[in-house]
Amino acid sequence: MHNKTLTELSKGLRSGEFSSVELTHHFLNRIDQLDGVYNSFITVTAEQALAQAAAADQQLAKGNTPVLCGVPMAHKDIFCTEGVRTSCGSRMLDTFVPPYNATVVENFAAAGAVVLGKTNMDEFAMGSSNETSYYGPVKNPWQTQCVPGGSSGGSAAAIAARLTPAATATDTGGSIRQPAALCGITGLKPTYGRVSRWGMIAFASSLDQGGPMARNAEDVAVLLNTMASFDDKDSTCLERPVPDYTATLNAKLDGLTIGVPEQYFGDGLNPAVEQAVQDALREYENLGATIKDISLPHSNLSVPAYYVIAPAEASANLSRFDGVRYGHRCDNPQDLEDLYKRSRAEGFGDEVKRRILVGAYCLSAGYYDAYYKKALQVRRLIQQDFVAAFKQVDIIMGPTCPNPAFEFGSKGSDPVAMYLEDIYTIATNLAGLPGMSIPCGLVDDKPVGLQLIGNYFDEARMLNIAHRFQQQTDWHQLAPPSITNVSLQDESIAHANGESA
Amino acid sequence: MSWETVIGLEIHVQLATKTKIFSGASTAFGAAPNTQACAIDLAMPGTLPVLNKKAVDMAILFGLAIDAEINLVSAFDRKNYFYPDLPKGYQTTQLDKPIVGPGTVEITLADGSHKNIRIHHAHLEEDAGKSLHEDFDGMSGIDLNRAGTPLIEIVTEPDISNAEEALAFAKKLHGLVTSIGICDGKMSQGSLRFDVNVSVRRPDEPLGTRTETKNLNSFRFMEKAIAKEVARQIDVLEDGGTIRQETRLYDGDTDSARSMRSKEEANDYRYFPCPDLLPVVIEQNHIEALRASLPELPEARKKRYMADYSLSDYDAGILSDDASMAHYFEASAEVADDAKLAANWIMGELSAQLNSSETDINDSPVSAEQLGGLIVRIKDGSISNKMARTVFEALWNNPADKSSADDIIEQLGLKQVSDSGAIETLVDEVIANSAQQVANYAKADASKRPKMLGYFVGQIMKASKGQANPQQVNEVLLKKLDALI
Repeated sequence: MHNKTLTELSKGLRSGEFSSVELTHHFLNRIDQLDGVYNSFITVTAEQALAQAAAADQQLAKGNTPVLCGVPMAHKDIFCTEGVRTSCGSRMLDTFVPPYNATVVENFAAAGAVVLGKTNMDEFAMGSSNETSYYGPVKNPWQTQCVPGGSSGGSAAAIAARLTPAATATDTGGSIRQPAALCGITGLKPTYGRVSRWGMIAFASSLDQGGPMARNAEDVAVLLNTMASFDDKDSTCLERPVPDYTATLNAKLDGLTIGVPEQYFGDGLNPAVEQAVQDALREYENLGATIKDISLPHSNLSVPAYYVIAPAEASANLSRFDGVRYGHRCDNPQDLEDLYKRSRAEGFGDEVKRRILVGAYCLSAGYYDAYYKKALQVRRLIQQDFVAAFKQVDIIMGPTCPNPAFEFGSKGSDPVAMYLEDIYTIATNLAGLPGMSIPCGLVDDKPVGLQLIGNYFDEARMLNIAHRFQQQTDWHQLAPPSITNVSLQDESIAHANGESA
Repeated sequence: MSWETVIGLEIHVQLATKTKIFSGASTAFGAAPNTQACAIDLAMPGTLPVLNKKAVDMAILFGLAIDAEINLVSAFDRKNYFYPDLPKGYQTTQLDKPIVGPGTVEITLADGSHKNIRIHHAHLEEDAGKSLHEDFDGMSGIDLNRAGTPLIEIVTEPDISNAEEALAFAKKLHGLVTSIGICDGKMSQGSLRFDVNVSVRRPDEPLGTRTETKNLNSFRFMEKAIAKEVARQIDVLEDGGTIRQETRLYDGDTDSARSMRSKEEANDYRYFPCPDLLPVVIEQNHIEALRASLPELPEARKKRYMADYSLSDYDAGILSDDASMAHYFEASAEVADDAKLAANWIMGELSAQLNSSETDINDSPVSAEQLGGLIVRIKDGSISNKMARTVFEALWNNPADKSSADDIIEQLGLKQVSDSGAIETLVDEVIANSAQQVANYAKADASKRPKMLGYFVGQIMKASKGQANPQQVNEVLLKKLDALI
């Protein structure tokens, strides 16, 4: 069952091939037995999932249910879940149980989806390797000595390892697309404002955007149908109808113009990754598309601009974690300053502290103009590059990341080397554009991703373009060798109840 | 050589919205701690602000009331600092693009002269919660009910020259914001709070170093704090010292002030645009609709009182400046059907009682209807002015008692006897019992007689237990005595 896609599982539930309770048991059992290696879940909500599955089965028996009814999935542990610990990968929120649901969580609950648990992530979504999580790193199911990417590494690894058919994720500078590429799955970061940020713990508010991850574009389209909504609780959410993203999946690509930015193929790009991307572009030519060289002249400024703007916003967003109202509080504070200093020193990890310091510095008197204000000007230039490009082309393509998954610890001592992993994904967030990663090859037996960047609110077209590729190729169907070689114990063994790490 | 004082004010005005500026929690005053703070006010993770349109409209109304420019695009910024009653660790405020641009407020001074005080700008922001340092045995309590209450902060140019002008400005502003209904004006509940920036200099010299005294929540405290700070600065300078730029705290209870922090210790607030809120874009026709809805301003009200009620400039000014005072006056004048008498009573007996008991007119134990009813009985001669004061005192001292003036008159048996038959009987009795005095009266020279009436009147009033209408007594007595001569 676990090798089926979300769309296939939904059909199986409706045809009576299996029940949601059976399906949920199956995935819970896999998590129980395999996730000790991958560490992709922080919290598994077995009891709640089975109750949701039983309710879904009743709904399914009546018929006329939403596509996602009874389908298991997982939420990145950045989305607040009422009554279920929401840690954001941090010691700071290790005991935090929200009294409310994120809008995204509500949307999936209303559709009848079954939530298996909360997935691991870089602390406060700050990282590209999942090494900054308080709950330990996630292992890439393709090669467990390698990182799964970040910050949504738990969601990506869980899907790759067939521990869940789908998961939510968030992307501030590449946190959906990079782990999707490194784990060989499909992930979409929608246009800024397409998915509500209510209840999604903020890293950098002007860049954060939630999006779906699954095994292929068709499943991502199904998920986005439910995930996207206008939400009056989020002032930056756009009031705009949500189309049926599955309706146009099979549209022909004749006449499509694909822009290929020269800046995404320069120094630092692994030649084998480049070859995989070029092969994918040839495939698109076969499908009727035209390739056009374009230039995004300010691309080289996106990483520095991002690493001013994102930390600046984060430095304020994370001020609320002060040990006063919720979250980690140090023992026996001597006075107010001691309470603040020790609670935050103990609650936050190194990368989070580094970014708070950088952000506070960039905003401080005497430095604001040179850093923050300058970065905002650069951001505008980067956005204008894209606006100009989309006057010539329908979609932009390139590599998602310069390299396949790297080994643990290989970049740990050099934060800048780590930041450069996001060199192709960051500009999209700065411009607020939708971006996507789909599997397009293997390098050193590890998956690599093709990145699709669309125009504002052009998700339906992007999903169509991705889907057509996946009908011609089977990169997205490859499973990590490690998961095909394990034998599971009898599924009838009662699942460990409650939470496991 | 003399000193010149330069004062600028920053005024925090709590807007009278039902809910908070960025959440749906209630803004009502006085609830149990932390019962009016929702997840947004508590800055729970993942929560987001949504701007209250009503607060924006109220800020615009203020701008229109002072003839200010309304900025069609304004924006919110984050002001970063750590404090337990600031849940997000930043205050959402407007730094670079305030909603209200420059405007003017005209004040009237005691000598009748006028002066314009320029407003630099007014911006929208959220209030913080309260830290409670007592009752927690070495710890502090936090009450977040106030957190997120909408404020406009009004910043003046340094156009104010002394405490008197500052006070006149503060009262004028109080009247304005209450008249247009954007603030309840309750100073004791912190609805208006003043920060005063004070410096002194020799005439024609550049501006001196200023200090800021924060959070003054009564007119009297503001006046005293300014006087104290001006005197302190002059003392320091005349002793050859220098003024340190600092923030000061004034304690009204002890009439003392102390330094809170110097410029060097000041926070770097690291302002930057709030990414959770879009810029506020206002359509010109929305402004025009608000302008059309603007209620009568104190200035217009004053002119109306002078024209319609023939009140003096001074009386009209006092009654029209403050919205609550004006409402009280108009309500009591309507019941009494006599604006002049209502004005006299409000500025006399009522104001004296309110001032001596430090009571806001909104909390007056005597309602406008009660006072109006009392005036009706003065006018129709039912009671004397002296009796009226007794009735007023009774009304004042029994605020819970909803009795009308008539009820009190009845209870105290104060009703003036104006029944002519009853008065004639009283007069006849007294004349009959005063044969000697009548004889003396008859013999006396006509010019001496008026003085002799006092005896008879006294006897009659005594017999009536003070309730006979003195004017009627005089008339009847005169008629009867003359008939005897």
